[in-house]
Amino acid sequence: MQDKLTIGGIELGSRLLLGTGKFPSNAIIPQVIKSSGAKVITVALRRIDFDSEDENILKHIPKDCILMPNTSGARNADEAVRIARIARAAGCGNWIKIEVISDNKYLLPDNFETIRATEILAKEGFTVLPYMSPDLMTARRLKDAGASAVMPLGAPIGTNKGLRTRELVKILIDEIDLPIIVDAGLGRPSEAAEAMELGAAAVLVNTAIATSDDPISMGEAFGLAVLAGRKAFLSGAGAVKDFAEASSPLTGFLGT
Amino acid sequence: MKLLNITLNGNRVEIEKPVTLMELLELKGIEVEKIIVEYNYDILMRDDWKITALKENDNIEVLRFVGGG
Repeated sequence: MQDKLTIGGIELGSRLLLGTGKFPSNAIIPQVIKSSGAKVITVALRRIDFDSEDENILKHIPKDCILMPNTSGARNADEAVRIARIARAAGCGNWIKIEVISDNKYLLPDNFETIRATEILAKEGFTVLPYMSPDLMTARRLKDAGASAVMPLGAPIGTNKGLRTRELVKILIDEIDLPIIVDAGLGRPSEAAEAMELGAAAVLVNTAIATSDDPISMGEAFGLAVLAGRKAFLSGAGAVKDFAEASSPLTGFLGT
Repeated sequence: MKLLNITLNGNRVEIEKPVTLMELLELKGIEVEKIIVEYNYDILMRDDWKITALKENDNIEVLRFVGGG
């Protein structure tokens, strides 16, 4: 069965998007990309530190992957737009994950500024994937602004708490005619599967894989969970009931 | 020797002039293949680094890609 996710006109071979932060060594990233099957890979843009040896993350990302720079560090729409333009000029392609954050404790996105940045960048021809707090009205405005997908958080970034926003994400899945990608907070493969069973188009995972004891193996586990969850969604789960219902006929018992 | 004041990655620095952007990067020991330069809020293409002579109050951002989610 053909079940491909298409974003920005590109058919993606995987519904797992991978972040590249926090790995114990960047040298294992190619193996994690391979084991997880991820095709869309996020990176961030930072100032060079003149006092330390800097490593170029891009050399660890296979050429057949789609690079999705994020705008982390942006505190408002204008800063996000500036970062996006720099990333594109640097030859990273058209994809951009908008991340506008001014709250350092919970790293929750600023939905209002995110809509503004989406509007500007979509008009400039970017494939825009905004990270957002799951809110229906914001998601509608992001769609109107030209977003290619909407990326609600499952829990605050890096917390590994799972799909705490389940009810709100479900509303976005039901109401928004764009791929809904659960980004941030997923800590276990079962939670990625849960998001996919709910009908998410994809998930974006970083911390849970990067900070596990064996990121290559955990990458594979998330890849499998996303496949399983997607297949379950397409299969249509059976109804949940309050009372038991025997699996075999309640007649013809041996003792009667 | 007259000094030139510029802003480099958010910090005010004094440099001896004349110097081009490329010379500044080499002076800082940067591997230039791996970086992106924003010069007075515009991306400066690589070919222009050698021919850009720095002037007073220039704002230079030297950036690179790092891991991120």
